[in-house]
Amino acid sequence: MTSGQRRLSAVATAALVVSLAAACGGDAKPSGDSTSSAAPAQSSEAGTALSGEIKVDGSSTVAPLTQAASELFGEEQPQVKVPVGTSGTGGGFERFCAGETDISNASRPIKDEEKAACEAKGIKFTELTVATDALTVVVPKENDWATCLTTDQLKKMWEPAAEGKVKTWKDVDPKFPAEELKLYGPGTDSGTFDYFTDEINGEEGASRKDYSPSENDNDIVTGVSGAKGGLGYFGFTYFEENADKLKAVEIDSGSGCVAPSVETAQGGTYTPLARPLFIYPSAAAAKRPEVVAFLDYYVGNINAIAKDAKFIPLNAEQEAKLKADVTALKSQG
Amino acid sequence: MAILSTPRSAVQLASRGRPLKEHLFRIALLASLAIAIVFLAMLIIYVVEEGWPRLDATLWENQPSIRRPETAGIQSGIFGTLWIIGLTALMALPTGILAAIYLEEYADKSKWYNRLIELNISNLAAVPSIVYGILGLGMIARWMQFGFTIMTGAITISLLVLPIVIISAREAIRAVPASIREGSLALGATQWQTIYRQVLPASIPGIATGSILALSRAIGEAAPFLMLGAATLVRFNPEGVWSSFSVLPLQIYSFITRPQEEFAILAAAAIVVLLAILLLMNSVAIWLRNRYQKRW
Repeated sequence: MTSGQRRLSAVATAALVVSLAAACGGDAKPSGDSTSSAAPAQSSEAGTALSGEIKVDGSSTVAPLTQAASELFGEEQPQVKVPVGTSGTGGGFERFCAGETDISNASRPIKDEEKAACEAKGIKFTELTVATDALTVVVPKENDWATCLTTDQLKKMWEPAAEGKVKTWKDVDPKFPAEELKLYGPGTDSGTFDYFTDEINGEEGASRKDYSPSENDNDIVTGVSGAKGGLGYFGFTYFEENADKLKAVEIDSGSGCVAPSVETAQGGTYTPLARPLFIYPSAAAAKRPEVVAFLDYYVGNINAIAKDAKFIPLNAEQEAKLKADVTALKSQG
Repeated sequence: MAILSTPRSAVQLASRGRPLKEHLFRIALLASLAIAIVFLAMLIIYVVEEGWPRLDATLWENQPSIRRPETAGIQSGIFGTLWIIGLTALMALPTGILAAIYLEEYADKSKWYNRLIELNISNLAAVPSIVYGILGLGMIARWMQFGFTIMTGAITISLLVLPIVIISAREAIRAVPASIREGSLALGATQWQTIYRQVLPASIPGIATGSILALSRAIGEAAPFLMLGAATLVRFNPEGVWSSFSVLPLQIYSFITRPQEEFAILAAAAIVVLLAILLLMNSVAIWLRNRYQKRW
């Protein structure tokens, strides 16, 4: 049956053409910057067009900031590629300490065991504080009783001992109504969760487990705004974008009620929930000209980038420290 | 041929003017079908409506942007997805079809090891995709040092679709009547000639349909790529198999987690593009089936 044979060879030819096209496409650009170990840094032509790839992964909270920086940097250096992953702070450090990324975004400082993992692989790094975030505790608009909560009250809601016991707002404070307390928060992989549990419950990772966790902060927005007794926490940006549905709770850590805002977070009065956000460039990457150029750009325009990406910019003191840190990092190499 | 096609019309004749039970059964069948179609229609209407403001050329002309969500595009995701699917097709289809030929035409089914292989392939088809992600991360990205590249993604997805390709290709090969093989062999053709000239051409519609459906499944996968640490924010198109990349499902996932409303619209528009690619692939499958279908 020759017609069948012809058909088959037509299909085979088509497959061959496609495979050839793909192979040629692959050959056209031989240095796709393969794995992290072989980073072919283009010979340094500072000031002129750089190329290469700067791999970034880590916190999804910090990612938009680094992404905004890479977008703006791309207008000056279009050949430098900056893929940004969002594996979470912990997941990012895992890859960073395996030598798979050049810069790690983090919404909390590196942990000791992560440091050890980095050391074991001989990966040196510098911690750079690039922006501030105000972890914001939110309740729905119709909640008219909780305008200010003390850190002790928050602990009473969130500590592991509260599990199955603190079920209504009345259990938190007898002055509150007996409305059911519905808690929403980020999942345990998140740096936000680590920071909140550390500051409020006194131990990183210690939290009641019977709350609704979500990796998507928009779910927390939906959850809290849909339940009268709802309460949740996340980064300041998510509150700003949803200020029509949610109310930010003022936090009293012993010296009066302070509302989360750009000013209180920058000025250091919004304690303990104002937190620094970090990037961790590796020392090896910081020897490559495209990474140096990127870091210079990132740090040199840090507050413009932060405002652009709707982050809380650093105060003057923090900014000076950041610039000194970068200078120190560059002089190492 | 004519004899085999009669039962269909006989069924139709029989169902005419039958009692109430028959009608109820038909209504139940139609209702089940309606559920599937209504939900698909609802999904399509919802995403098209939601993503309508962004369904224009900027969507595929622009790269994703955190700073300008209102003009951000998904070009890198479209290209990433096409690269992954293309490479997966190149790797998984020949391997899968050859494996299916072996299992159907050569393997001695009375041998225990062949039955074990068959059982394992069926099991593999049911393994959750995230498990393949873990395999890809540990074996391909780290141990084989392929890094987090298109190649790693495509190999992982190939492994994911391979069992489905093998199973559907086997079904297609099995559907070729034994009389065709026997006739060919009787005329003096060798086993390979029989397979190449008779069995394969006859089973191409089935193989093609199964393969494209398997690839369509792969196109919507996000879980293995999350595991592989594929970047979510990529502003360049892949330039080769060793390039970093992102895929549409991952981009959609990252868009919906952003606080700005514009990203929700962008995500909906991206879903429409993903659905369009899927429908396109499925219609190619249908076209291939109709084009080459043969009735015995």
